Amino acid sequence: MSTAYPLPTNLSTTTVTNTASLLRIVALGLISAAAIASRLFAVINFESIIHEFDPWFNYRATRVLASQGFYEFWNWFDPTAWYPLGRVVGGTVYPGLMATSGVIYNFLHAFHLPVDIRNICVLLAPGFSALTAWATYMFTKEMKDESAGLLAAAFIGIVPGYISRSVAGSYDNEAIAIFLLMFTFYCWIKALKTGSALFGTLAAVFYFYMVAAWGGYAFITNMIPVHALTLMLMGRFSSRLYVAYCSWYAIGTLSSMQVPFVGFQPVRTSEHMGALGVFGLLQIVAFAQLARSHLSSKQFQNLLTVSVVAMGVVGTFGFIALTYMGWIAPWTGRFYSLWDTGYAKKYIPIIASVSEHQPTAWPSFFMDLQLLIFLFPAGVILCFRELRDEHVFVIIYSVVASYFAGVMVRLMLTLTPVVCVSSAVAFSSLIDTYLDPTQPEGEEESEADSSNGTNTAATPSKKEKAKKPAASTSALNDIVTAATSQSSSKSKSKGIWGLDTRLIVIVNAIGMLSFFVFHCTWVTANAYSSPSVVLASTNPDGSQHIIDDFREAYYWLRQNTPQDAVVMSWWDYGYQIAGMADRPTLVDNNTWNNSKSHIATVGKAMSSSEEVAYPILRKHDVDYVLVIFGGLLGYSGDDINKFLWMVRIAQGVWPDEIQEPNYFTPQGEYRVDDRASSAMKNSLMYKMSYYRFAELFGGNNAMDRVRQQTMPKVGPTLDYLDEAFTSENWIVRIYQVRKEDLLGRDLKSANAFAQGKKKKKSKPVSRRKAIPV
Amino acid sequence: MSSSNSSPSAQSTSPQSPILSLWKAYTQNTSDRLKFIDTFLVFLMASGVIQFLYCVLVTNFPFNAFLAGFASTVGQFVLTASLRSQVNPENRSEFKEVSPERAFADFAIGSIVLHFFVFNFLG
Repeated sequence: MSTAYPLPTNLSTTTVTNTASLLRIVALGLISAAAIASRLFAVINFESIIHEFDPWFNYRATRVLASQGFYEFWNWFDPTAWYPLGRVVGGTVYPGLMATSGVIYNFLHAFHLPVDIRNICVLLAPGFSALTAWATYMFTKEMKDESAGLLAAAFIGIVPGYISRSVAGSYDNEAIAIFLLMFTFYCWIKALKTGSALFGTLAAVFYFYMVAAWGGYAFITNMIPVHALTLMLMGRFSSRLYVAYCSWYAIGTLSSMQVPFVGFQPVRTSEHMGALGVFGLLQIVAFAQLARSHLSSKQFQNLLTVSVVAMGVVGTFGFIALTYMGWIAPWTGRFYSLWDTGYAKKYIPIIASVSEHQPTAWPSFFMDLQLLIFLFPAGVILCFRELRDEHVFVIIYSVVASYFAGVMVRLMLTLTPVVCVSSAVAFSSLIDTYLDPTQPEGEEESEADSSNGTNTAATPSKKEKAKKPAASTSALNDIVTAATSQSSSKSKSKGIWGLDTRLIVIVNAIGMLSFFVFHCTWVTANAYSSPSVVLASTNPDGSQHIIDDFREAYYWLRQNTPQDAVVMSWWDYGYQIAGMADRPTLVDNNTWNNSKSHIATVGKAMSSSEEVAYPILRKHDVDYVLVIFGGLLGYSGDDINKFLWMVRIAQGVWPDEIQEPNYFTPQGEYRVDDRASSAMKNSLMYKMSYYRFAELFGGNNAMDRVRQQTMPKVGPTLDYLDEAFTSENWIVRIYQVRKEDLLGRDLKSANAFAQGKKKKKSKPVSRRKAIPV
Repeated sequence: MSSSNSSPSAQSTSPQSPILSLWKAYTQNTSDRLKFIDTFLVFLMASGVIQFLYCVLVTNFPFNAFLAGFASTVGQFVLTASLRSQVNPENRSEFKEVSPERAFADFAIGSIVLHFFVFNFLG
């Protein structure tokens, strides 16, 4: 017997192919279901709510789009953001996400399905994750075969690196962008393989969708040219490459300029020039190829080479000259920060202050990818073994994305798909090899019996197929069986004997996969499903306790303040205030170009003393100031922990007035207790955070639970602000800015006069104040 | 393609000039269909050059209109060049999955999509 386990022989070819395709469809359906289901932890544990910060703006914009139509959205000027500047939303937004939700909303309503726009927004990301799984399947199918495609789809469906940005409620651009990324790449590979302009056009159309949806489209803009250039340098220029690249570039570039936020950038900025250069180079090379086909004189070929090189040199110098003349914008700061990780901290603190722009920590690779990170290099090496054109793409993609993922946490998202693809290639090669029932006994026999060995069982006709050295992509295992039969013909003793070795490896592999599933589910449930608008803690008896301070405070603002009351907060909370409280904000999460001084103004107000901050507040019509304080509950993402960034950003604009070292103790510690520096203690942020905090502890020592420091018994006083609202767990504190004193006194003396009646209380305060000074 | 532009000047230098022999080989070996496509390519190239010169020498004022016009010639050029290489019998081995009919359908769809965006961008 030359097979390791018996195979049914009475099955017809059609039965096998039909069963296999049915199983594939069922498997893809189950994968989609799993992908959607595992993203619903947030909805089940909490509720159907929009998460975090940016999604709140997207949600608000989508509501405008759904209720007022596309043209109103396109021309929407939002006067409440960036008070008093306002924001031209239509021209400063990637509208793809909102348009997608709007289309779904109108589609459902056309069928009289009255689905709330919020639920569409909440469930958009899980829905698109199913599409991502399908796109990854198609992509991987081009790399190896269907079984690898299914594995890749399963991986991308549940891998935490992608779930982190696509749980239900995480209504952000990335929710649809990863699907578009993978599908554009699939179209590109398909166009390159077949040389069809149709797929090139499709790639361009999906590239347009991607441009409309996410700023990360520049990744595609550079990935495809790099791939094309590499292929040319490898001497693999072909007419197929020409057709695929040119149809993609010509249509894609023109279409990308239709998005107002992108505008003329594709012909004006350096990030897009690589694609243009490769486009020009392709024209030259294609013309040279055509001319060569008509002529084979040696002299002429030399002439041609010289002219091609000369044109390339002229093009490069032309590009440099245009850059110097100002026609082409040089690289932007965000781009530099990708190469020099210290750049952002030095020159653009606003970018460095965002936690997802920090370099990635090693453990997070394991956390986000688990076993895939070990399989990933193996898959890349397997790509080298065949090295068809599309394998070159995966290799380049993995190198580039690995680098970027190491530079910035958020770019882990672009690494994840390629990790899934190449891990699936590696894993399915392993399974193929060990499920293959062929016994390596002799040259002839092994070839004769190299039959298909998956669950779908083998057929006589497939044996014949496997004999051909050129494996067709349709059959599941043909490539591997062909490879093994080739290798066994060279060295007869290679192969796998018996059932035991097969069982050991397969059981191990399945074990690894199930651990992966457990890990993914655990990470998703515990780390990535928190809306961060609603917090959860566990009661001593194990039940869940919901902390809903944010919404409590925002609704307080909504119901107790006038419609036009301006709220100042650090920019993180701008979108949430606009979305939930519907009040104008000074700064929000849209950190556009001229926002630097605006954000720095808020930073300055927060980090300087009351007397300095008050004119700033009055000048900007601020009615309420909102701070996030986690000291009572131990919520570590509060404003005191972000405070140093406010200081740094303010220092960037007013280096004479704000200096970071002043906020540290002489020993260089960041403290908030008795030993805090005077600049720290007098800053508006400190005062607003700890105002009346000590009273809460009724004479005992107040304890800041985030920083684990004991607070002074008597807290700071406020002269220019009144406490307006403090939420249940003190996470959100809102202060009202006092109007100028009616009698023309400055507010400090007016306050002292008013408190003069109760001398007992004011005296210890003033004594206390004298101590640290 | 552009070889046809430079041929008259090359004739005077020497009869054995490579450009001349290229022209000869081209006229002899190319089918009429491909020559027809090449004529269109030359027209598109001339149109693109004129637009570019206008932009550089006169004005680029409605920059989007210039880009739309220029991109339409460039895009149509590469799509037509793609069609040319797909229907070229010499490339039959490369385009196994693209028959000439399929190539023309691809070309038509690509052109429609291209001109949809051109029309939208003209302003």
